[in-house]
Parts: sequence; C-alpha cells; structure tokens
Amino acid sequence: MPQLAKTGNEAMAEAMRQINPDVVAAYPITPATEIVMIFSQFVADGLVNTEYVAVESEHSAMSACVGASAAGARVMTGTSSQGLQLMSEILPIAAALRLPIVLCDVNRALSGPINIHCDHSDTMAVRDFGWVQIFSENAQEAYDNVLQAMKIVEDERVRLPAMATTDGFIISHCMEKIDTLEDAVVKNYVGEHKVINSVLDVDKPITLGSIDLQDYYFEHRMAMADAMNHAKQVIVEVGQDFGRRFGRSYGMIETYQLDDAEVAIVALGSTCGTARAVVDELREKGIKAGLLKIRVFRPFPADEIIQALSKIKAAAIMDRSDTLSSQGGQVFTEVRSALYEQSNKPLLTNYIYGLGGREISLDDIRRIFVEQVEAAASGKVRGPVQHFGVRQ
Amino acid sequence: MSEKIVEIRWHGRGGQGAKTAALLFADAAMALGKNIQAFPEYGPERMGAPVQAFNRLSEGPITVHCGITNPQIVVVLDPTLMESVNVADGLPADGVIIVNTSKTPQEIKAEAKLNVGKIFTVDASAIAKAKFGRNIPNTPMLGAMAKGTGLLDFNAMIKDMEIKLKKKFAHKPEVIAGNLDAIKEAYASVKGE
Repeated sequence: MPQLAKTGNEAMAEAMRQINPDVVAAYPITPATEIVMIFSQFVADGLVNTEYVAVESEHSAMSACVGASAAGARVMTGTSSQGLQLMSEILPIAAALRLPIVLCDVNRALSGPINIHCDHSDTMAVRDFGWVQIFSENAQEAYDNVLQAMKIVEDERVRLPAMATTDGFIISHCMEKIDTLEDAVVKNYVGEHKVINSVLDVDKPITLGSIDLQDYYFEHRMAMADAMNHAKQVIVEVGQDFGRRFGRSYGMIETYQLDDAEVAIVALGSTCGTARAVVDELREKGIKAGLLKIRVFRPFPADEIIQALSKIKAAAIMDRSDTLSSQGGQVFTEVRSALYEQSNKPLLTNYIYGLGGREISLDDIRRIFVEQVEAAASGKVRGPVQHFGVRQ
Repeated sequence: MSEKIVEIRWHGRGGQGAKTAALLFADAAMALGKNIQAFPEYGPERMGAPVQAFNRLSEGPITVHCGITNPQIVVVLDPTLMESVNVADGLPADGVIIVNTSKTPQEIKAEAKLNVGKIFTVDASAIAKAKFGRNIPNTPMLGAMAKGTGLLDFNAMIKDMEIKLKKKFAHKPEVIAGNLDAIKEAYASVKGE
C-alpha cells in the first residue's frame, strides 16, 4: 500500500480520483477548494474519465449532481459552509430521490460574522436532510471515509446520499502520512456502479421528482427513515469489511480507553486526536479517562453510545456547533435524549467549543477532564451547558 | 507522549514559501521513516504579511491536532520579520533558531535581543538567487535545517528531495537541479554560534 504525505483535501481528492466517478459538479469554496481544484487537474490530465461540470454556484452544483445521479451516473462533489447551505434546497431532494451521491464536506463555521475556520455548524445545519454524515479525525480517515461512503450509498438497503467530512484547515490543510490503496484495488473495491433506476432508460420509463401529496408522501418519507435505519447495519458491515480487506476497521463509533474509564470525552472529528493524547497522559497518572468518538452522526448511533457510556460516571459532550436553543449543541441534545431511559448513565456536561476555529488545546482538554473528575466525585455538574473558551 | 514529538515553527512572509518549505520538510522526514504533520497558519494567505507554518515529527503516531505554541525549532525565512515578530516566542532555552540572513549568529542574537535558543544562520536568499535565480529561500533552508537540527540524515534527504522535486515540478523541470544545489550549498555554509 503506497504511503503518501497528504492533506485532508488531497486525501479526499485522491480517493475521488481512484473512485473515478462519472460526474463531478462543483463550485470552489474555502477551505474545500483544493478538493475540487486537485480533482479538476486530474480531469484535465486525463487521469479520470469524469465529466467535470464547472457550475456557477453550489445550488447548481447539487442540482447537476441530482440530474446526473438520476440519469444513472456515479456522482461526487465537494463543498463547505455557505456552499453547503446554498445546496440546502437540493440536499433533501437528493436524499428523497434516493440518489447515491457522495459529498466531501469540509466543516467550517457559518456566516455571520464571516469566518472561514472550522466548526461543525454547516454539517449540523443539514443533519435532518436524509444524508449519511461521517466525520473524519485525520487525513487517513478522510481518505478511508470517502471510499466507504461510496460503498454505503450504493448499497441497495441504503441508497441515500452521504457526506464525508473533515475539519476545516485543521485536517483539510494538515499534511500527514496516510496509507493509500492501489488504484486497481480501489476500482475493485467500489466495483461497477449499479444503476437501479435511470430517467434515461427508455425501456423502463420512470418519473423522478413528481408531486407527491397526501396519498403517498408520508410513505416515501417513511421509506427514507427505514433506509436510514438500515444504513446503520450497512455502515458497520462496510467498516468491518474495510478492516478485513485493508487493515483499518471502522464502526458507528470508536472508543479509546473507555472500557474501564470513569470519565470520558465524547467528540467528533479532529478534537478526538488531541483528546487521545490527553487520555494517554491522564492514564499514566492513574486517572481512568477515556474517549468516545462519534464517527457517524447520521444515522445517529444511539445504541452504541448508550452501551459505551453505561459505566462512565461523568462525560463531557463536546459540540463544535450550537443549536442556539438554550438546550446545548446538537451532539449533546441527541446524546442526552438517547440516554433518557437508561438507569446507568453518566452525569453529562455540554461543552460548546471551538466555534469559528477557536483553538482547543491539550490544556483545554486537560481542564475538561479535570471537571469531569470533579463532577464524578461530587455527583454534580457545574451546569449542563458550558460555552468553553469564550470571553464573557 | 508529547515530549517525543518534535515541533517546528516556520516564519515567513506570504508568498515566500513557508508553507511549501514545511510541506517539503515533512515529506522528506516521512521518507526517512518518521511520522509527520505539516500545516500552515490557518487562514487567508496575504502576500507579504508575516505568516507561519508548522511541523510535527515523531517516531510514533501523532494524533494531536491542536496548534503549536512551544516549538523546539524555529526557522526564520525573512530576517526583517524579527523587527516586528518575536520569533523566539514559546521556544525553550535549549531550542534552535535558524535564520535566513547574511549575518552571523552573534550579530542576529545581539540585534534581535534573543536570550533563548541556539542560533544558526545561512544566507539562503543569496543561495536561492545564485542557484535558481529567485529569492525563494525555502528549499535552501531545508539544507540548513538538516545541519542545524540533526533531525534528518542529509544524504538520504537529498536523495528523497530529488524525487519529490521531480514530481512537484513536473511542469517546470528547469528548477529542479538549482533547488538541489541550493540545499547542498546551504547545508555546507550554515553557521553556528
């Protein structure tokens, strides 16, 4: 397996090259620009057979993706932040039409005020549109997740689109050592794109996107909900199969030193890597600290989280976004909801952190762990929702 | 864990190639078997403005993805930065500072009032101009890095750099030999205290 030095963006572009999709329609936006810029160079250099559609906006990009996918093409795109929001009108249509599109999203704060740095507001804002959402901790996972996303979306039990995400700049622009697969291996892994329904198939005429009122709309939405439920099993199967084939297994969640832990941090994306280092450090001091990484946010891994946190005394739920509902961030509200019926559950504190790229340092994570140790000892939390690292 | 990771900060001006230097250096370190990270100061790039880039190098895996505030090694691509930027910020007493300048380490130490770090100087800009005709000091600084830090085996690095430059400048092959000569010249001419 070739070992390469790649940034998150380069890793995603490399995965796209190896998948060799039929169509990519994209509009560049910081910090995701490089993904489609590098990919467009692959197109120009003849390294892929992709039809690259340079559109005038992200709304058009996702619209072109929907059209191409409906016609039976294997379709990918990439975007970030405001770009993802401009796609918002079309994202739920892609999901409802059951189009297996893979989108590489680089997590970035939403305007305003305008900000190009990492937080998860963009991805969280579209979490209920019927897209599978996979977060990547580093460039290796960015590469692996794009490949797996293609398998997941094309599984007949799913047939929903997916976004594989990285953290803006922190991962998108950080070069790391990654293990890549040979082109032929990826080609064989993703296989031929199986067309189930194509609007261009004159022998089997179908209609996509027609009006669907009181009589059937609900049934079609139910079918989406079922597909998202099935996606859990498929994501786990694909992640285990990936491990058998290539040595790196994935699941809905990942735990680190959690089995005998008393305090834990629950996080998504790049922060998990920084938290691992702190867990190691605290373990050396005899503090039973652990990490729960939520890799897949949609579908939401409620059962896995309940199980993973069942013996934890106090947990910090890290949200790099805010619902502005006064009830905490998206991760917190969903984790807390998942734990509601459980008799064995940890004390929870929500830490809304890192908005607009605000640094989260080793010291910050140490402090958060210390607060969990204090909560576990006292049986009390300081308040369910903390805005961490903000000047007040 | 973190004590086993070497952290490096590059100071340059937007457009000078600080990011490219950090990427090239990490690439070279990886080829010699190290785990690496290379990342720019996050944010919009502004031509001429002070910018930073960073490396982490380690024998073991690197999982941390936070910023670097206490590098052991600092590389200064443009000495005029030292008038406005405290390049020694966060550097430990036994850290290393490598400066692109025609001056001696003693002169730099006195002028910039540096009281921490072991200083090395190399005239990377002059070398770059002589060897490939442009004031882009990033590649010669890699040679100075190899000498000043002892982190990488020089011969192995040069060999790998040749492969990397051939790939990177596939569309501009005329710059490859000049860059390699520049790295060697910088390695040979770097001055310590």
